Parts: sequence; structure tokens; C-alpha cells
Amino acid sequence: MANIATLPVSVLPADWRDFVALTKPRVMSLVVFTGLCGLLVAPAPIHPVLGFTAILCIALGAGAAAALNMWYEADLDALMKRTANRPLPAGRMDRDSALHFGVGLGVFSVLLMGVATNWFAASILAASILFYVLVYTIWLKRRTPQNIVIGGAAGAFPPMIGWAAATGDVTLLPLLLFTLIFLWTPPHFWALSLFVRSDYAAAGVPMLPVVSGPTVTRQQVALYTLPMAAAAIAPWPLGLAGPLYGIAAIVLSAFFLALSLAVLANKATEPGGMRPEKRLFAFSIVYLFGMFGALVLDRWLLA
Amino acid sequence: MIPPTDADIRKRQRARATMMALALGVFVILMFGITIAKMSMAP
Repeated sequence: MANIATLPVSVLPADWRDFVALTKPRVMSLVVFTGLCGLLVAPAPIHPVLGFTAILCIALGAGAAAALNMWYEADLDALMKRTANRPLPAGRMDRDSALHFGVGLGVFSVLLMGVATNWFAASILAASILFYVLVYTIWLKRRTPQNIVIGGAAGAFPPMIGWAAATGDVTLLPLLLFTLIFLWTPPHFWALSLFVRSDYAAAGVPMLPVVSGPTVTRQQVALYTLPMAAAAIAPWPLGLAGPLYGIAAIVLSAFFLALSLAVLANKATEPGGMRPEKRLFAFSIVYLFGMFGALVLDRWLLA
Repeated sequence: MIPPTDADIRKRQRARATMMALALGVFVILMFGITIAKMSMAP
């Protein structure tokens, strides 16, 4: 394992673009979108400026969590091809700058959320940042192959935060949206970790494909798809969403299930033969965008 | 590795200071907007 003390450090002050890179902007897009959808489907209207601020705070909070994740995992990132060019392992920034940036951004996002909307939403935002950093990054990730199962909860908070920012409370629909993302995370991440298994193995991260092998991982991917689909469709029969959402949920979940069955049937052990895994990973992102987009359209067009 | 020149360091510091100034400017405008929004919602 790379020693933190041996990581290269630039003598130049870090570029502002590297601070942006610390926030994992591409991952943030999904967080912002689900948070925005949570806010838009909430039954209470919110002033546009306050709504914009709430989404900004969710984005900044996610960025803070990502920065603190990179601060803690600089040694792991240095060992993986996929992450070796991040600002810390590449030596473009010192670790203290990343830590100060992450803590500062996190505190700022929570305070701004509290001032602009309400302190209940701010407390969920704080909990999500702390959960991602303390529970997932520091506690679980290097210890158990169940890391992303439990840690996935951190990424499931945004729609709940968006809803709470608008209404000041949390009801069954945001809880179901939380459950959907929580159950979506394992198949999404395990599909990815199947074809970057060697990276995780090299870094000593006990991801499921590294610890239990591709066959067990593929079974788990297919298995998790079933409760995920149930959570996705549930708002319709429960009367929390209309038929537009219900039909979109059934179609998208059926496609997700078909792709996960293709993953289950695949026997390849090398990334070159893992087309079904790559397709499932790519589709899983489209799936979440589609589900939340359908929920907003359903609420706005059919309300 | 070639050590950075004084000009390189100044250029990097200037870019960071500019971004920080922009961020602070956006924050001031945002706080103004939040205040107006809260006042317009007050009963």
C-alpha cells in the first residue's frame, strides 16, 4: 500500500481547477439531479431563490464529502489507474489543503442550507456528509465487502434533503426515493467493480469481486435488482405517484433486470469480456435519471 | 522536476485569488437574494 508520506507534493500552490476536481463534479451531477427532483415533487412550493440555494448546498455538501474522501484515500488512489491522476496522488496539491477545503466547504454548505431553508434539511445534509466520510470512507471501505451496501446510504440522502428543504419534514415518498437509491447502489457499483477488479485488488480494497469473486458478485447484482425494482415501482400502487411514473418505473426496471440477468449469465473473468457489466453500469446511471425525471414529469404534468 | 519560477507561482496565486473573489461576489449576491426571498415570504 502506498505510504501517504511518500506521495509527491508540488511546490506550486494548487490550481483552482484541482479544487474543483476534488469535488468529483461528474458524480455530483446525479446527486444534484436527485436532490432537485426531491425538491420539485415536494407538495410545498419553495421560493425559486431558496430552492436554488438548497440545490447549491446539496452540491457543495456532496463536493465537501468527495474532497474529504480524496483526502483520506490519497494512498489508495495512487495505486489505482482510474484514480492515480487525481490532484493528491498526482502531487498537484498537498493533503492539508484538501482537508481544509473539504471541512470548510462542508460546514459552509450546512450553515447556508440552515439559513436559507430550514435546520431539519441542514441536519440531514450534515448527516449525509458525515455518513459518507466517517462510516463509508473511514470505517467500512477498507474493512468489508459490504462497504458500498451500507455506504450507499450516503448517496441516497439528496432527494430527502431536497424534499425537507421545501417542506421541513420527511414523509413516505422521500423515504421510498431514499430506498430506491440505497438499493440501486450495490448493482451499480458492483457492475463497475467487476471490470475494474484488478484496480481494487492492487489497492487492497475489499470490494465484493475481489473478496468473493465475479460469480458471487454477479448473483448479488441480480439479487439486489429485485428489491430495487420493487422500491422503484412502489410509489405508484401506494398512490404517491401517477401512471406516467408507474409505467416508466416498470419499463426501466424491467430493462435493468434484463441487463442484470445478462451479467449473471456472463462467465468472463477479464475486463475485455465484460460487455454486459459495462452496459449495466452505463444503463444504471440512465435508469436513475429516468426514474427521477419520470417522477417530476408525472407530478408536474398529471397533478 | 523543474522548480517553478516566481512568475509561475504568482500566476497561480493570481488565478486562485480571482476565483476566490468571484466566489465571494456570488455569495454576497446569493445572500442578498435569500434576504429578499425571506422578506417577501414573511407574513
